[in-house]
Amino acid sequence: MNDFIAARSQMALSLGFHIIFSCIGMVMPFFMAVSHFYWLRTHNIVYRNVTRAWSKGVAIFFATGAVSGTVLSFELGLLWPEFMRQAGPIFGMPFSLEGTAFFIEAIALGFFLYGWDRFNPWFHWFTGVIVGVSGLVSGILVVSANAWMNDPTGFDYVRGQFLHIDPIKAMFNPAWFQQALHMSIAAFAATGFAVAGIHALMILRRQNILFHTKAFKIAVVFATAAAVLQPLSGDLSAKYVAKRQPAKLAAMEAHYVTSASAPLIIGGIPDDKAKKVNYAIEIPGLLSFMIDGDFHSIVKGLDSIPPEDQPPVAVTHFAFQIMVGLGMLMLTIAIMYFTAVLRRKNWRNSKWLLRLFVIATPIGFIAVEAGWIVTEVGRQPWILQGIMRTAEAVTPMPGILYSFYLFTAVYFSLAIAVVFLLYRQIKMVGKIYDI
Amino acid sequence: MLYIVISYLWASILLYLLLGGADFGAGILELFTSDKHRSNTRKTMYKAIGPIWEANHMWLIIAIVILFVGFPAIYTTASVYLHIPLVIMLMGIIARGTAFSFRNYDAVVDEMQLIYSRIFVYASVITPLFLGIIAGSTVAGRIDPAAHDFVSAYVFSWLHWFSVAVGLFTVSICGFLAAVYLIGEADNETDRRRFITKTKTTNIAAFACGALVFIAAKYEKIPLAEWIFGNAVGILAISAASVSLILFWWLLVRKKTQVLRVLAAFQVTMILIAITYRHYPNIILQKSAPPLSLMNAANDKTIAALGWALLIGSIFILPALFYLIYSFDRRNRKLAGTGHT
Ligand code: HDD
Ligand code: HEM
Ligand code: HEM
Repeated sequence: MNDFIAARSQMALSLGFHIIFSCIGMVMPFFMAVSHFYWLRTHNIVYRNVTRAWSKGVAIFFATGAVSGTVLSFELGLLWPEFMRQAGPIFGMPFSLEGTAFFIEAIALGFFLYGWDRFNPWFHWFTGVIVGVSGLVSGILVVSANAWMNDPTGFDYVRGQFLHIDPIKAMFNPAWFQQALHMSIAAFAATGFAVAGIHALMILRRQNILFHTKAFKIAVVFATAAAVLQPLSGDLSAKYVAKRQPAKLAAMEAHYVTSASAPLIIGGIPDDKAKKVNYAIEIPGLLSFMIDGDFHSIVKGLDSIPPEDQPPVAVTHFAFQIMVGLGMLMLTIAIMYFTAVLRRKNWRNSKWLLRLFVIATPIGFIAVEAGWIVTEVGRQPWILQGIMRTAEAVTPMPGILYSFYLFTAVYFSLAIAVVFLLYRQIKMVGKIYDI
Repeated sequence: MLYIVISYLWASILLYLLLGGADFGAGILELFTSDKHRSNTRKTMYKAIGPIWEANHMWLIIAIVILFVGFPAIYTTASVYLHIPLVIMLMGIIARGTAFSFRNYDAVVDEMQLIYSRIFVYASVITPLFLGIIAGSTVAGRIDPAAHDFVSAYVFSWLHWFSVAVGLFTVSICGFLAAVYLIGEADNETDRRRFITKTKTTNIAAFACGALVFIAAKYEKIPLAEWIFGNAVGILAISAASVSLILFWWLLVRKKTQVLRVLAAFQVTMILIAITYRHYPNIILQKSAPPLSLMNAANDKTIAALGWALLIGSIFILPALFYLIYSFDRRNRKLAGTGHT
């Protein structure tokens, strides 16, 4: 591994780590607000307990998310100084607004966590909603910065110079809406399935059934709704990518040769040398249809891209297949769940359904990570699509390899610590909140 | 608009030094507290900083974002040549932030608490130490874009007596701020006395470290004395700080603690003014290249947008932040019964 690969891996590791915490930080406050609302409305103590138990988890995740985010804001410069020198003033707008959103989130969280029994209950509830809304807004803003890297606008690039910079236009680049929408829904799906899965496991173990059932029900509504919406939003993203980043689309689909009536390739192992995909299922014409609404239209393949501008095909393709596959799985589970709820009242007793949710605990987050690999690896070799190469952006400092090892060690220990703490949190539910 | 952005940058550095500093200082004090009193110190500290804990550290992020959006040359040069101390500082931030919340939110209270506390305490020293080293390095003039070997480009850029002395000075200032802050938060007379004693020791330590900074500057041939005393503003700021220091001790000895916080904050502000005024608008002094100045900012449109974002952001943030501090302060006072004397 050379320094360049080490820098990329460190960036990927840090972001891959941060994204988990930010998804939870964005979504959990909404779950809490629902449960808190029921508590204020019904005065059923179980809802209060659910809210409190969740808020402790959120506090842990928030702190970890905040420090990993702080690290990221430095890492952009530590690893990609050349990129930041040029891009900072252009795509900095969402980051500076995001600062405001984070700040509000942190203040609101202070009110929420320490405000039990201190304020008017509805004011207290409202601070919880603010935590969620500002978290969501910050997520959308950062994704808009990332979208700008996929579709840079808001400046004129003349002979290596960035002129006529317009940061507002850069923020509202043409890619931001699809990406922000897709990411926000993904956060709900991933967190929803994870939370529902954990509570389903506790129900199966017959522990504090009342508590875990209420928690499960709240999470599952968000999870399943998001799972239904996500493929629709993904389709929107894919159409957009086909238009603006044909190389990424070709890599996602492992579509080597430009052709009319392009088939949709499912699974398989891409072979870069032979320029074909082995062991795949091919559905003729479907790719053309999905992109243009016409079974016979022409879809650009990798052969239309100069070799030095092609992204790694295998990684992008696998990641895309994983994301879409898991998305379909979530959709199926959602449909089964709706059917079960509508068909019989005593759905809670159907163990197989709960087991299914237990198995599905991590899949949302796996899909999120896979989706980011598609976006980021699929953009390679560019850090700024079509304008700056990742290799030109990397820091001149040698020895990034050691920094990568250090960060890997730290993030892995942190991950273990968080899992350990969460485990203890769940184990204690019986002791603290038993009624 | 540029001046608005610069004011925000300066203000967020000051606020990070004051609020984040008091926060680091609480951990530093914990390290220098005997085992007998440690859990009391911790409780007082937690009560005092718990609710505003996250907000205290947002000032750093605001400062960084202003730098990378508005002054990319400064941000990237520091990132390249001060890579190593920045990474160490980041490790401190990670360790401290997570250990703090783990120790407060771990559902089970057992010997793990000891581990969290240990991590928290050591990280509370390392982080401001390296923050100080980074700050010292920006003005020490050892950053050398023309350096050819690894050590002179990436190690000697920050590793010298001056920056280490600034680091120690920062640590002692943090301890001092925390001690002063905690006097008002103590809920019984013994604790209050303990924090008064701590205030005295940390103040003396800060004074000693300050002297060390001058000695190190002399040794490293950095004209620090001339920077600070070579202009009216510097002399004025230092005189004001000295007068307030005398007043501070006078009140401290008489145990009149109401205005101590204000005086302590005032002193730190004056020190920051004295240090930054003479350089302004230069932020990074380099060895073989011209200094990096705040005047060499991003394009006008970006600066305008950034300025508006900061102004509008403050309308939302500041009232909410004051209300947060106010409501918990009032509440703590009620709980303590006697309140701040
Ligand atoms: C729960 C997670 C999840 C699920 C089920 C899906 N996705 Fe996704 N996808 C993401 C989570 C995600 C993501 C992590 O959120 C990404 C990365 C960047 C982004 O904006 O969203 C993403 C990116 C992403 C991109 C790249 C966008 C770009 O580079 O600009 C495309 C084309 C799709 N997705 C398409 C789909 C399709 C057709 C799906 C059908 C089921 C799908 N996604 C399900
Ligand atoms: C504003 C948001 C983001 C910025 C500015 C950003 C920036 C970068 C940069 C500079 C790199 C290194 C160049 C490269 O290898 O592509 C990178 C790589 C990567 N990023 Fe992003 N990124 C953002 C969002 C994300 C998020 C949220 C994830 C989530 C997990 C992510 C996942 C990755 C991955 C997996 C790589 C490695 C790509 C590779 O190894 O080829 N990115 N990103
Ligand atoms: C290069 C990319 C990124 C940078 C520099 C960054 C920066 C930060 C910073 C500084 C924080 C801490 C703020 C605080 O103290 O509350 C943070 C937290 C957060 N980030 Fe990121 N971030 C990045 C990528 C992302 C992405 C892609 C998302 C979402 C899609 C995201 C969503 C969030 C959210 C929601 C929080 C709030 C923390 C929480 O609630 O857990 N971030 N980020």
